[in-house]
Amino acid sequence: MTFELADRVQSVPPSGIRRFFEIAEERDDVISLGVGEPDFATPWAARDAAITSLEQGKTSYTANRGKRELREAISDYVADRFDLGYDPDEEIIATAGASEAVDLAFRALVNPGDTVAIAQPSYISYEPGVTFAGGEVLPVPTTEENDFRLTVDAIEQAGASEADLLVYCYPNNPTGAIMRESDLEPIAEFVREHDLTVLADEIYAELTYDGHTHTSIATLPGMRERTIVFNGFSKAHAMTGLRLGYALGPAEVIGAMNKIHQYTMLSAPTTAQYAALEALESCENDVQEMVAEYDRRRKFILSRFREIGMDVFDAKGAFYCFPEVPEGWTAEEFAQDVLTEQGVAVVPGDVFGAGGEGHLRVSYATGLEDIREALTRLEAFLADHE
Amino acid sequence: MSEREVLELLRENARYSTADIARMTDLDESEVDRAIEELEAAGVVCGYQAVVDWDKLEDERVRAEVELNVHLDRETGYGDIAERLARFPQVTALRLVSGDYDFDMEVEGDSIREVSQFISEKVAPVPEITQTVTHYVMTSYKENGIELGDGDEDDRLSVSP
Repeated sequence: MTFELADRVQSVPPSGIRRFFEIAEERDDVISLGVGEPDFATPWAARDAAITSLEQGKTSYTANRGKRELREAISDYVADRFDLGYDPDEEIIATAGASEAVDLAFRALVNPGDTVAIAQPSYISYEPGVTFAGGEVLPVPTTEENDFRLTVDAIEQAGASEADLLVYCYPNNPTGAIMRESDLEPIAEFVREHDLTVLADEIYAELTYDGHTHTSIATLPGMRERTIVFNGFSKAHAMTGLRLGYALGPAEVIGAMNKIHQYTMLSAPTTAQYAALEALESCENDVQEMVAEYDRRRKFILSRFREIGMDVFDAKGAFYCFPEVPEGWTAEEFAQDVLTEQGVAVVPGDVFGAGGEGHLRVSYATGLEDIREALTRLEAFLADHE
Repeated sequence: MSEREVLELLRENARYSTADIARMTDLDESEVDRAIEELEAAGVVCGYQAVVDWDKLEDERVRAEVELNVHLDRETGYGDIAERLARFPQVTALRLVSGDYDFDMEVEGDSIREVSQFISEKVAPVPEITQTVTHYVMTSYKENGIELGDGDEDDRLSVSP
C-alpha cells in the first residue's frame, strides 16, 4: 500500500545532520564533537527526586500546564536569574522539552501564509516547525562580521519588517553567539514599530562566559506583551532525556498553546516534572560547576583551533564553537572528509541555515581528552591536505 | 585567582602540559610556569603521582585503612606520634581526624601477611597507641576524585541537533 503523505510533511527534507549521524554510527573509532547535549549526567538530587516520585507511584497525568508547584518554582527562578516576571497560573506552561513549546507556539500563532522570520544559523527545528504549521519561512542571515548577532539591518535586508513572527535562539546553537542588552534594544524598537511577535529561545541562557550574563528581550520596555520565551532543563541541568521545557508569555498565547498541548501531549512527563522541581530548588551549584567546566573547554578549543590555523568565532555562549572551513572546501565536504579520514564528527554549518555555510558546528560538550585528541586529528587532517 | 585555577587543573590532571593549562586559563605559558614554580616552592604542591586502579593489575596489592587511638602524655603530642608513623614507607597517608578514633592511617603492602605484620610489629607497639582497628580495602571505586572501573559509557547519539 502507498500512502498519500501530507504535502507539508513531504515538503520538509530529512534533517541534514542525519547523514553524518549514520556515517559516525558505522565506525567505532569516532570522536564526536557533533553532540548537541551535555556530557554530564543529570545532577543526583534531580535524579533522586525522579526516582522517589516513581517509588511513591506518582505516575499519573498532571495539570495540563504542569504541576502548579513546578510552575511556581519556574516563576521564581526566571525572576531571580533573568528578571522575568510571569504568573504561574496563566503565563507559564511546562512542556515535553523546549522543542514542544516552540512547536506549540508556531501552531498557536501561525496562520497559513503567515511569514516567520528566523535568525540563522539556528537550531534545525524552527524551519520545519513553521512549515508544519503552514507558515512561510523568511531566513534572516547573521554573519561573523556582526559576531553572529541579529541586527535590525539584517532583518530589514531580509525583508522581515512585514513578517508576523521573529524567531531566534541566543545564546545560539550553532554559533555560540550571544546578544547583549545593547544589541537587543534596537531589535526591540524595530519589533514594536512593526508590530511583530518575538519567539525567543533561551534554552542556553545559563551558559554564558567571560563575565557575560543573559538578558531576555522580554525584560525590555514594551516587549513582555509581545514575546514568548522558551527555556528548559535539557542544557544547563543536563536533563535532555527527561524532556522538560517551558514557555513564558502573555496569558492569551500560553492559553492557546495549552489548548493544543491538552489535546496532544496532555501534560509533560510527570517524573521529569519532579526532577525539574528539584533541579530548580537545589541544583544551582551543579549548574555552576558544569558552566565552569564548559568555560575551560571553550577556552581550550578556541585556542587550539587558532593554533592549528583555523579561524574560529569567539563564542561566548552555549557549548558550541563555529570555526571557519579552510578555503577550497564546502562545509559539508570538510565535515565528511574529516569524518572519513580522521574519525572526527562535526556538523557542517549550512545544516543550520543561512549564514552557516563555510563553518562547522563543533560541540565541546565532551571530555577534554577527547577534545584534545579530536583537535590533534584535525591538525593532522589539515597537514595531509596542505 | 589564576594560581588557584592552575592548582585546580593540576589536581584534575597533573599531566596537563603548561600549554594546555595556558589555553584553559587565558594565561601565558610563562605565567603558568611561574605559578607552578611558586606553588611548588611554597610547598602547596607537594608532589605528583599516578592514580592507579590496582584491581586492573594481576600483581596483588593490599591496602588497609587503620583506625588508631592514642594516649597522650605531657611530653608527647599528636605531632610526635604522626612524625614517627609517617616515616614508615608502608604508610601512604596519615590524618588526624575527629570522632571515635584519633588517626586515620592508610597502609600498603604486597600481601595481607605483610600488612598485618607491619601493623602488629611496628604500629601497635608504639607506646602511645592504645588501639588499632584494621579495615582491608576490598575494592576501590574512587581515588583522588577519579572514578575507577571501566570508564564512562557515553551512550549519547554521536551527532545530535
